[in-house]
Amino acid sequence: MSLTDQDVNHVARLARLSLTDEERDRMRTQLGKILDHIAALNKYDVTDVPPTSHVVAQPNTGREDEPRVFDNIEGILAGAPDKEDVFFKVPKVIE
Amino acid sequence: MTLHETTAREIAGQVRSKNTSARKVAEHFLSRTRKHDKTLKAFLSLDEEAVLAQAEAVDERIVSGKEAGPLAGVPVAIKDNMCVRGQRTTCASKILENYVAPYDGTVIEKLRRAGAVLFGKTNLDEFAMGSSTENSGFGATCNPWDPSRVPGGSSGGSAAAVAARLAPLALGSDTGGSIRQPAGLCGVVGLKPTYGRVSRFGLVAFASSLDQIGPFAWNVEDAALLLSVISGYDPKDSTSIDKPVPDYLSTIAGGAKGLRIGLPKEYFIEGMDPEVEKAVRGAVKTFEKLGATVTDVSLPHTDAGLSVYYVLAPSEASSNLARFDGVRYGRRTAKAGNLLELYERSRAEGFGPEVKRRIMLGTYALSSGYYDAYYLKAQKVRTLIRRDFEKAFEAVDVLLTPTSPTPAFKAGEKADDPLQMYLSDVFTISCNLAGLPGLSIPCGFSAGNLPIGLQILGRPFEEDRVLGAARAFESATDFSRVPGGLI
Repeated sequence: MSLTDQDVNHVARLARLSLTDEERDRMRTQLGKILDHIAALNKYDVTDVPPTSHVVAQPNTGREDEPRVFDNIEGILAGAPDKEDVFFKVPKVIE
Repeated sequence: MTLHETTAREIAGQVRSKNTSARKVAEHFLSRTRKHDKTLKAFLSLDEEAVLAQAEAVDERIVSGKEAGPLAGVPVAIKDNMCVRGQRTTCASKILENYVAPYDGTVIEKLRRAGAVLFGKTNLDEFAMGSSTENSGFGATCNPWDPSRVPGGSSGGSAAAVAARLAPLALGSDTGGSIRQPAGLCGVVGLKPTYGRVSRFGLVAFASSLDQIGPFAWNVEDAALLLSVISGYDPKDSTSIDKPVPDYLSTIAGGAKGLRIGLPKEYFIEGMDPEVEKAVRGAVKTFEKLGATVTDVSLPHTDAGLSVYYVLAPSEASSNLARFDGVRYGRRTAKAGNLLELYERSRAEGFGPEVKRRIMLGTYALSSGYYDAYYLKAQKVRTLIRRDFEKAFEAVDVLLTPTSPTPAFKAGEKADDPLQMYLSDVFTISCNLAGLPGLSIPCGFSAGNLPIGLQILGRPFEEDRVLGAARAFESATDFSRVPGGLI
């Protein structure tokens, strides 16, 4: 399967990944080859076959919606790339 | 006998009975690791002070007469995609290079309660995506049997650490073979439990419907011991299953008499490595001598496994790895003018080539207009693969296959060809797609003295039977060895 530069750019934008020109070229070829391999799926007839949603049958599990306090908020904030008080800081979102 | 030739079970016994101390055990393995890990590079981090502090705490419990736990003083190496509070958890990715986990994963809590000493974080393919540990953002790990070869992956650091006896036990994670394949290539026992047997809370998610945490050990008993400790329902992981956990140590002694073994013909194909075939066929003969019956079975959709996997795993990964956006933790680019650039550049700078490839593949498969052709189709073919196993397990108790098509390959050999690398997992992938328990145990050596792995697959939640078969095989054979030069 052959992908175009536009295909790769479109998917990269959806994935929030900026690619160099070289990466885009390599991605185009390599993804094409992998998709060729995956195309083998088309030889299987899956009419009336249900998709697997869970490998081990299991009832839905619910729990009470009760807030719990996490005991290491400082530990979370210590890993923040940028913060102010107990908030994560990002570049301005709205112009 | 030195401590690194002693099983985990015996070490815990000696610590509890004060024949040795947890501190002495820790010092022994720290000194071994200092000596050998410069070449092997199995560990990404090893906080010696934290190791010794944990060991001393175990000794204090024992001195004060408190119950020290089934793993009292046993060092357990942890694959670096599991959160250990206060320790770096990098997933071997530049994007998490300086990430310190603010909490313990459930398996880590269970290990602490069992008296284990958390012994460093082991190397992996970045975010567990790979089969050789060469995709690590911080350098490759070597195979203890031959440093010019890969240890397998993605849990290559854990496998190498246990094989070289730098630690008696280790945890890995297995999404498409990432415990069993490196266990096979490094000559140790590795087990992927049934999906839902072990909580995934605190395991950095790769493909959530396939990931499971499991043990690496020198022998089957130790693997059973570690599995008993980490298994069980966890309210923090809604996919973990609320089923009683057997004491696997007490269920493994049954032998192989009357065991019904199936050999899936699709796993014994023309052109397979003759040394691998010889070793696995030899293992089958051993089981027959032990009183097992062997029949040929068919898993007709085996050849679809790789394609299904390479739709589902990247799709789930592309969604799971969306959280690495440079906002709350992990790497943030210095070159962002706005929020979109912050996402795109932080991710571009932080992720390595294989992770980018899989995110792209998964995003493509899930993108508008392609969902039915890829993701939905793959989930339907996955149902066919599961049905193959269900049918086979009507007639047999376990399946025997090679763990990998070849023994350990040379570093760099497959690094530039993603598809060739993916093919090294061809025998291990279906087990994850069907959610089954699977184990790899050494069953021979190549002419070049490289270990060969035998894979044993069982029905869901029949880890006891899989371990029992492995134990019977191990008792009748002698393939568990320390690599030369590391004794």
